[in-house]
Amino acid sequence: MELSLCNISYSVPGKRILQNINESFKPGRFYGIIGPNGVGKSTLLKLLSGIEKPEQGEARLDGRDISAIPRKELARDVAVLQQGGLAPVGFTVKEIVRMGRFPYQSWLGGESVDPEPLINEALESMGLTGLQHRRLHQLSGGERQRVALAKLMVQQPRILLLDEPTTYLDIGYQLQLLDNVRAWQKSEGLLVIAVLHDLNLAAMYADELIALHEGKVLARGVPDAVLQPDLIETMYETRATIIRHPELDVPQVMLAPGVIKSNGLLSRSLEAHVRRL
Amino acid sequence: MLLLAVSITASLSMGSAGLSFADVWGILLHQLPWMPDADTIWSRGEVAIVMQVRLSRVLLAVLVGACLALAGTGFQGVLRNPLADPYTLGVASGSSVGAAFLILFGFQLAIGVWTIPIVAFLTGIATLLGVIALSRSNGVMQIQTLILSGVILQSFLGAFVSLMVSMSEGVVNQILFWIMGSLAMRGWEHVTMLLPFLLIGLVILIAYSGTMNLFVLGERQAAHLGVRVERTKLIVLVASTLLTAAAVSVSGVIGFVGLVVPHMIRLIVGPDYRYITPLSAIAGGIFLLWADTLARTALSPKELPLGVVTALVGAPFFAYLLHRRMKDQRGEE
Repeated sequence: MELSLCNISYSVPGKRILQNINESFKPGRFYGIIGPNGVGKSTLLKLLSGIEKPEQGEARLDGRDISAIPRKELARDVAVLQQGGLAPVGFTVKEIVRMGRFPYQSWLGGESVDPEPLINEALESMGLTGLQHRRLHQLSGGERQRVALAKLMVQQPRILLLDEPTTYLDIGYQLQLLDNVRAWQKSEGLLVIAVLHDLNLAAMYADELIALHEGKVLARGVPDAVLQPDLIETMYETRATIIRHPELDVPQVMLAPGVIKSNGLLSRSLEAHVRRL
Repeated sequence: MLLLAVSITASLSMGSAGLSFADVWGILLHQLPWMPDADTIWSRGEVAIVMQVRLSRVLLAVLVGACLALAGTGFQGVLRNPLADPYTLGVASGSSVGAAFLILFGFQLAIGVWTIPIVAFLTGIATLLGVIALSRSNGVMQIQTLILSGVILQSFLGAFVSLMVSMSEGVVNQILFWIMGSLAMRGWEHVTMLLPFLLIGLVILIAYSGTMNLFVLGERQAAHLGVRVERTKLIVLVASTLLTAAAVSVSGVIGFVGLVVPHMIRLIVGPDYRYITPLSAIAGGIFLLWADTLARTALSPKELPLGVVTALVGAPFFAYLLHRRMKDQRGEE
């Protein structure tokens, strides 16, 4: 299953968020989307998941316009892990995971094949079997994020979209979550597109990175090609040194504390203002 | 269900004419076609009290309670706001304006006994449409705006009602009495009017209760799971409003039932709307039945306004349930 963005533009009143984006995403690969805040990363995911409609162009799933696909049908192919994960609600872990079967249920709530084994398997692989009868508001943020992932698993999608999935998690849970995603991706041949804040995590997990800047794709390619000091400086206005990971064959970004020029902030906003004009 | 049946007969036997539980059951059973005529055992007056006066009122109380509790469940479900109740979106105020207007200008009977219910119903629905129109942008109803629009319209229309109350001198009590809610002087025709609304609303809300569960996770999560969010919201809100408007138009404004009953059920059975929805309807019926029984017997022969009784009885009970749940949660940790 292939996702593509065809000549997409999107803006909110007074601001253009995305401009003429043309990208396609192949099955079985892990894509990382990077870029500073407010650059349209989350918007891109909203367009890919059909939550928002582009102003111009089309987001396509195997050539079909995503906004024209019925929601339930779309939910059988595309699953989304949201930033911040699940709210601390009163449902039990198992009840929440079972909700992932909604796209397969008839309006009476039944299914042709009993989903129980699938649900138990998902709980097992996320290490939640022991917690399945606990209520969500009794769990930690990391545990809730695992529940969210288990729910996505029973949704049996072909495409997984992750919107900053590691925000609010400590580093142990961040790695655990991405390890889980990658293991699942490899075993099922999923297409994964993840918006990631942390460039080093992005370099470790993604097959390909897409760097967004000012509504356009600034660079796309393997992490080694995208994570270049000058590119990072353009995007984040920060100096960076790139080194090799001592154990893995991936680049890692080293940052150094910067010096704020007395007029630094002012000139930057002026510059932005001039660009807008 | 059992509790409901027991409550109905108990309430039937309460009142100034002092009939026993057995008498009531006997009279009811003798209404079945193959049973001998009830008049042979009980006096004509006793049969009339049970069948004409009390039974219709008791059933009406059950229906109104069920409608309000169901509507509350629907509103709380899609608005994901614990303080949402059947009146959140201004429906009650809309209905009250219509009714107060009629009473003030003496048009109560302009087109027969149905004048007030029909007008109250229509103005209630019109208010909902106004609230939806106010809060809609790009085909999306934002929940915050929806609630705010409801609150604004509610106080605006409430001011109108107050204005009319202060303008009328002789008939003040009549408007106020209608606003405070009552089931006195209603009959079988009100029961038959309300029943279809209750059944339709019940079917719609039960059909959508699985979907309302997904709303708990947030509208976006629900959409990602394949829910057509805007459509669901609109259908549930309209169904709940119909239930509210129907109930308000026959009984006036009875507060608290729609707010508290779904919460009570939620505290008892948990967050699953597939249980909350049908149980709320039953519990709402029982709750309002007892409230009405109290309203007509406590200071007999004087009647208390039903809305006053529901608040007086409901609030402390709700506080108790809340307290117990907080204690349970501390216990779990």
